[in-house]
Amino acid sequence: MPIGDMLFRSVDDSQINGVFPNTFNEYKKWDKEKDELPPEEVYKALFEELAYGEKIQIGRALTRMNYSKSGWKSLIKTTSREIKKAVKKDELPNNYKEFLITANEKWADPTFWYAMGQMVNDATPIYYWNALDRTYDQDQNVVMQDEKRRIYIKTWIKTLKISVYVTIFCLILGFPVAHLLANLPLRYSNLLMIFVLLPFWTSLLVRTTAWIVMLQQNGVINGILVWLGILSDDGRLQLVYNETGTLIAMTQILLPFMILPLYSVMRVIPKSHMRAAQNLGAKPATAFWKVYLPQTIPGMSAGGLLVFVLAIGYFITPELVGGKDGKLIGHWIAYHLKTTLNWGLCAALGAILLGVMLIFYWLYNKIVGIDNIKLG
Amino acid sequence: MTIWFRPVIQASLQIFNMNNPSQSFVKFEKIDKSYDGEVLVVKNLNLDIAKGEFVTMLGPSGSGKTTTLMMLAGFETPTNGEIFLDTKPISKIPPYEREIGMVFQNYALFPHMTVEENLSFPLEVRKIPKPETKEKVQKALDMVELGNFGTRFPAQLSGGQQQRVALARALVFEPRLVLMDEPLGALDKNLREQMQYEIKHIHDRIGITVVYVTHDQSEALTMSNRIAVFNDGVVQQLSTPDILYEKPENSFVAKFIGENNTLNGVVADVNGDTCTVELDNGFGKVKALKVNVNDKGDKTQLSIRPERVTIDSTNPESNNFEGKIQELIYLGDHIRARLNVCGNDEFIVKVPNEGSFSHKEGDLLNLSWNPDDVRALDI
Repeated sequence: MPIGDMLFRSVDDSQINGVFPNTFNEYKKWDKEKDELPPEEVYKALFEELAYGEKIQIGRALTRMNYSKSGWKSLIKTTSREIKKAVKKDELPNNYKEFLITANEKWADPTFWYAMGQMVNDATPIYYWNALDRTYDQDQNVVMQDEKRRIYIKTWIKTLKISVYVTIFCLILGFPVAHLLANLPLRYSNLLMIFVLLPFWTSLLVRTTAWIVMLQQNGVINGILVWLGILSDDGRLQLVYNETGTLIAMTQILLPFMILPLYSVMRVIPKSHMRAAQNLGAKPATAFWKVYLPQTIPGMSAGGLLVFVLAIGYFITPELVGGKDGKLIGHWIAYHLKTTLNWGLCAALGAILLGVMLIFYWLYNKIVGIDNIKLG
Repeated sequence: MTIWFRPVIQASLQIFNMNNPSQSFVKFEKIDKSYDGEVLVVKNLNLDIAKGEFVTMLGPSGSGKTTTLMMLAGFETPTNGEIFLDTKPISKIPPYEREIGMVFQNYALFPHMTVEENLSFPLEVRKIPKPETKEKVQKALDMVELGNFGTRFPAQLSGGQQQRVALARALVFEPRLVLMDEPLGALDKNLREQMQYEIKHIHDRIGITVVYVTHDQSEALTMSNRIAVFNDGVVQQLSTPDILYEKPENSFVAKFIGENNTLNGVVADVNGDTCTVELDNGFGKVKALKVNVNDKGDKTQLSIRPERVTIDSTNPESNNFEGKIQELIYLGDHIRARLNVCGNDEFIVKVPNEGSFSHKEGDLLNLSWNPDDVRALDI
């Protein structure tokens, strides 16, 4: 249900259609080839709907209109004032077109009218285009945003890149740990298991903040490196508030999600398999590569998919340690959700995230086979 | 028959040359093994195995038989002593260079490979050319009668079939020696018996040396040329099945192999190969073979096989006793009678079903046995 709601919101444009039903109806009749500006009926409908419409609803619609083209808000606001004045004096204009153009000369600017074209349908792809740094130009073609307004594609790439890196690092770090867990004598493996699970019992915020303490320029790691003489005092590494910080902290936080599925798969691989392989003449490395590793694929896939899916939508950690560079797509979703209240864009970003995840899932199913996933 | 099916005759001849130690193909020399540095799991093991021989290590769990096998395979190193294979010491050779095939307890087939891939694995790591590999794999599969199962995965096979694949895999690279670690333990009884014969026949056919570990005595008796009975890390007796059964050298072997009646007593007199034993609690005297006792006054346990006890007839010299029937079990070809004899409530006698046995539970039976069938063993 929430997913359905999100998908619906990402294309929904019915709110504005509820505010300007007649205007949009008349608008659709406008032959853009013939007339430069829309016919009188459109102006009339707009006048009436602004004059008698609900103020709150109009306000909301304005926000939506501004996504299509900036300037709408002030245009409608000034126009509304004039209309209200006229209505109060009971002086309904004879020519609505003239009246509006007098109220604000932007009503003679066809680009605004063209932009309205994006809103006249109940469904709109504009949020998706926005989520990919694209917008409509005057002729309603989809084009790239201005150079300085392009943020999402960059963030998408960064999100994917960091997620892939985090998954790879988790695999590299998690594999030996899981192997130890599965093969150490019970006494040691239990202890190790506690170390693996300990972070789970600690708040995510605490762990993330701990990483800030560790990684900052006057933090533990830099301190040790300087003390060891590896770094000079003024050459301290910038490890936090950038991508590196995000990568390190996310890897550590998501590591258990890789270790646990791997462990549960490794635990049931009989030890006799490695022995059998060696007995059959394979050197330990060959035996590992040909016999052990293929049997851990279900665990690696389960862990990998889990970590990747969690990483791609991760929010708190990159938000805290990521600084300006290390922010992922989750940041923008939260930003639009809470600050700009552009829920349509939010939903579109979320839907794309979901889509990306499904694509990876599909790819994975093609390559490895989903039956191969095993959590225990 | 292919080249790697070594001539059977030559192999069986070598069994008879066992007295010459230079002939032994596998030689355990004074092997000790301890995992923790305190308890010896295997103690002073000396064992010679001839080429082509089928030797079984038989013993209860924890007796050190599997450890011994693992040392031979190279997965454990002896704490003391040395193992020789073909006169060369092998303690320093890693398992993958030993050229010893092994069938594991749970087969250890690789689940992600098909049967064919499992079988070609040892050939691939030896870099044997593809066509030759294919040919050998097919031959090995045919040998275990699974010629058409090459493309299946192990999980798609029954237990018995998996067992055969494991066997074929252990043989396909023509190892010098094959080890089997309770390979039939997971099979049901009928299949187990069938596989016993099959393994025996394959061994007879290709004449490879086999070292087999089991805790099932009937399995050992069925298959082996010789059996080493393990207990407590020590080989109690190493002999052919018939000698183990008929002439056990100590009470553990007597009890472990086959069914066995025991009577406890003290040696009263020694006379050459025989001795007279005074039974505990004054139940009388028994003439027995002197096997594992030294002198007058030694405590001893007498061992008599159930089928060597005769009923309703008397022995001219001695060894005549009475037993009260506790329980009769009808088993078709014979009747199994549990008696109380000289204070032993678990004395078993097998009465052949000749139609003339008419005793009831509670009756007294006259028993007798030949002094040659009673063995005075340690206690």
